[in-house]
Amino acid sequence: MLKILKIRLKQGNCTIPYPFKVKLPERFRGLPRVYPERCGDDCKLCADACPINAISLNPLTLDIGRCIFCENCVSACPNKAIEYSDGIKMSVRNRSDLLLRGQELKLAEALEKKMKKLLGRSLKLRVVTAGSCNGCEMELNAVNNIQFDLSRFGVQIVASPRHADGVIVTGPVTNNMKLALEKTFAAVPEPKIVIAVGACAINGGPFEGSPHVHNGADKLLPVDLYIPGCPPHPLTIIDGILRLLGRE
Amino acid sequence: MKKDFLMIRNSAAYLTEAVPVIELEAFRNKIAEFCNKADGRIVALLGKKENNESLRIFTVLGSDSKGELYISSAILSGAEYSSLTPDLPQANLFERELYEEFGIIPKNHPWLKPVRNSAGYEFYSLAGDSVHEVAVGPVHAGVIEPGHFRFNCHGEKVFNLEIRLGYQRRGVEELMLKSKPSLRLVLAESIAGDTVIGHALAYCHAIEALADRQVPQRGRVIRALALELERVANHVGDLGALSNDVGFLPVASYFGRLKAEFSNMLLALNGNRYGRGLLKPGGAAFDLDNELVKNFKIRIERGMKEADEITDLLFSTPSVLARFEKTGVVKTEEARKLGLVGPSARASGLQRDVRCDYPFGMYRFKKIIPVKAATGDVFARARVRALEIKRSLTFIDEALEMVPREKISISCEEIKPSSFSVCMTEGWRGEIAHIAFTNERSELSRYKIIDPSFHNWPGLEIALKNGAISDFPLCNKSFNLSYAGFDL
Repeated sequence: MLKILKIRLKQGNCTIPYPFKVKLPERFRGLPRVYPERCGDDCKLCADACPINAISLNPLTLDIGRCIFCENCVSACPNKAIEYSDGIKMSVRNRSDLLLRGQELKLAEALEKKMKKLLGRSLKLRVVTAGSCNGCEMELNAVNNIQFDLSRFGVQIVASPRHADGVIVTGPVTNNMKLALEKTFAAVPEPKIVIAVGACAINGGPFEGSPHVHNGADKLLPVDLYIPGCPPHPLTIIDGILRLLGRE
Repeated sequence: MKKDFLMIRNSAAYLTEAVPVIELEAFRNKIAEFCNKADGRIVALLGKKENNESLRIFTVLGSDSKGELYISSAILSGAEYSSLTPDLPQANLFERELYEEFGIIPKNHPWLKPVRNSAGYEFYSLAGDSVHEVAVGPVHAGVIEPGHFRFNCHGEKVFNLEIRLGYQRRGVEELMLKSKPSLRLVLAESIAGDTVIGHALAYCHAIEALADRQVPQRGRVIRALALELERVANHVGDLGALSNDVGFLPVASYFGRLKAEFSNMLLALNGNRYGRGLLKPGGAAFDLDNELVKNFKIRIERGMKEADEITDLLFSTPSVLARFEKTGVVKTEEARKLGLVGPSARASGLQRDVRCDYPFGMYRFKKIIPVKAATGDVFARARVRALEIKRSLTFIDEALEMVPREKISISCEEIKPSSFSVCMTEGWRGEIAHIAFTNERSELSRYKIIDPSFHNWPGLEIALKNGAISDFPLCNKSFNLSYAGFDL
C-alpha cells in the first residue's frame, strides 16, 4: 500500500492541461500545407510519388481524407509545394472540406443547436472497428489514458450501443463487418452521430478498391465528423470531437 | 531430407526452380516426420498457382534449436492427400486456409471449415444438463478489433472455446500483387497497425533479398532500434492492460503513460507514433543524428528506471499474483503441438525467437538473449514481457553506441525474376513471416504473410479449457493477438 502511494505521489498529475499547448517533435507530420502557386509547369512528381492517389493536379489538390501522412510527396517535390506543419487541428464536417488546394482548412463546425444542447456536455460513443489495422484503436485507447484524458470533457467511450449517442467507425468497412456495423448503428437510439476516424474509415486508406472493403464509413452511414490521419494523433481526435460539440 | 528439401537462409533469395518437387503423399509424410521427430515446426504452408494453372503447395519448416530453415513443394494435380492435422495439430489452420483459398481437401481432416469466410461456418456445440453457450462479438465492449468467441460452458467452467475470425479481412495479400511499390510498403505497415515496424521490416527484407542489395549497417541499427522500441511500447501497454483487467488501476495508469514515452521516441525519430514511414526497402528513411542519440540515451535510462519500478510493484502485489498464477495455462507440450511462437511460446517454456534462431539485420552482429518462463500461465506471459522490456531497453541502450557513420539507405529497385525469398522477423508478438515469389517478368506473383497471431490464436482456445469464463478477458489480454494480422 505504501509503495503504491509513494509511486502515486511521485507520478503527480500527468494530464496535459487544456487548452493544449504541446510541443510536438520537429519531425511530427501534422496538417499538410499546400502551395499550388509553387508548382512547376507540368510537374507531377508529387502525384507519382503518392502511394494512394491522394494528390490531383491543375490545380494541386491534396485530399487529406485519403492522405496517410507519409513523407513521399514532400521529398519528391523540388519546390516545396507541399509541406507538413505541426498542426493537430484538421477535423471537418464535410468530406469535400478535406480537399486542400492552398486555402485554409475549414475546420468542423459545431452540431446544430438542438443536437448540441442534447450532447454538448455529455457525449457517449461506441467504437466499431470495421477493418482497421488496430492503429486507430490504439490512439482511441490513448485518448482515454491519463495524459489525454478525454473523459474530463464529458465524452466517454461506452460498451453498449444502447448507451451511446453515436458511433466512431475505424477501418475501411470490410464486407465481413458490414452487417455488424449496421446493426450496431441501428441499436444506437436517435438522435445519433457518426464519426469516421482515420484514412481507412474516410476513404478506404491503402485498402481502397479491394473487393473485400467498402472504401469508408460514409458509403454506408451518414458521417457527421471526419478525423483524418494514419492514425490521427490523440490530440487530433480530441480536438475534432470538441469542435463537434462546439467546445473548441 | 537433403534431396527432398532445400536448405535456405532467412531473408535470402533463391530461384524458385531450385525448390524440390516431391510426390504429394511423401511431402505430407516428410512434414509430419520433421515436426514430430526432430525439433521442427511449420513456419508456412501455402499454395501457389503455377503458370500452367496447376497448383503447387510449398512448405517452410524450421528447426529452431539448429537455426535451420527448409523449403519443399508438391504439385497438386487433382490428387487428394491425407490430412496432416490429426498428426500435427499446428497444421490445422494452414490446411483450412488451403481449403478456403484453393479448395484443397485433405482426407480425414477432423473438421474442415473456413478460416476467414462466414459462409459454411459451423460452430462446435455442446448439449446436456446445465450446459450453456455464450457468444461474444464481433463487436466487443472495449475498443478492440472484432472477432467472435463462442464458449461452451457449464456454470462458470469453460469446456470449449472456439474463436472465429475473418471480420477484418481486407485482402492484403491480393493487394500486394496489384499495388505499386510505394503502396506495398504502406500495406505492409497496415497488416497490423501495432506491428508497423515488424511487418514493414519483413517486407523490406523480401524486396532487398530479391534485389540482392545489402542495407548499410547504420540503416540496420535504426531498424533494430525501432523494432525494439515497438516491442517495448507494446509490452508496456500489455502489462498496463493486464493490470487494468485485475483492477490494479494506479499501475495501469502508470504503464499507460510509460507506453506513450516509448511511442513518442518513435515519433521523435520519424514523426509517427507507430513508426509509419520509417522503413523503406534499402534502409531507413529517417536518420538518427547525434542529438537524437543523446536524447534517446537519457530517455532510455529514465524509461528503464520507471519500467523497473512499476513492474516491481506489479509483481510484488499478492492479489495480482493470485489472479495471474495458474490462470490460462498452456503446457509446454501443448504449445509445441500447436506451434506457438513469440512470448506466448516462450512463456510456455519453448525457446523460440527469430532474432536468435534465424538472426537478421543487426541481430547478426549483436546478439540478444531470449527470455523464457516455464509455467505457461498468465503470470508467465506477463513475466516474459516484463523481462523482454528490460532486455530490449538494454539492447537499445547499447545499440545507440553502435551507430556507424555512413548512409542510412541504398537504392533498391530492380528485383530478380523467377525467385523467392522467405523473410522472418521477430515482432513483439513473435515470428512474422513474409514469403515473396516473383515471376519471369520480375513482378510479385505470390505474397504470403503469416502474422504470429496465425500461430497463436489456438493457444488462447487451449488456455481457456476448463478455466473460468470470467478469466477470459485476462487470458485474452495475456496473449493480446492481432485480428487484422490474422485476417489480412
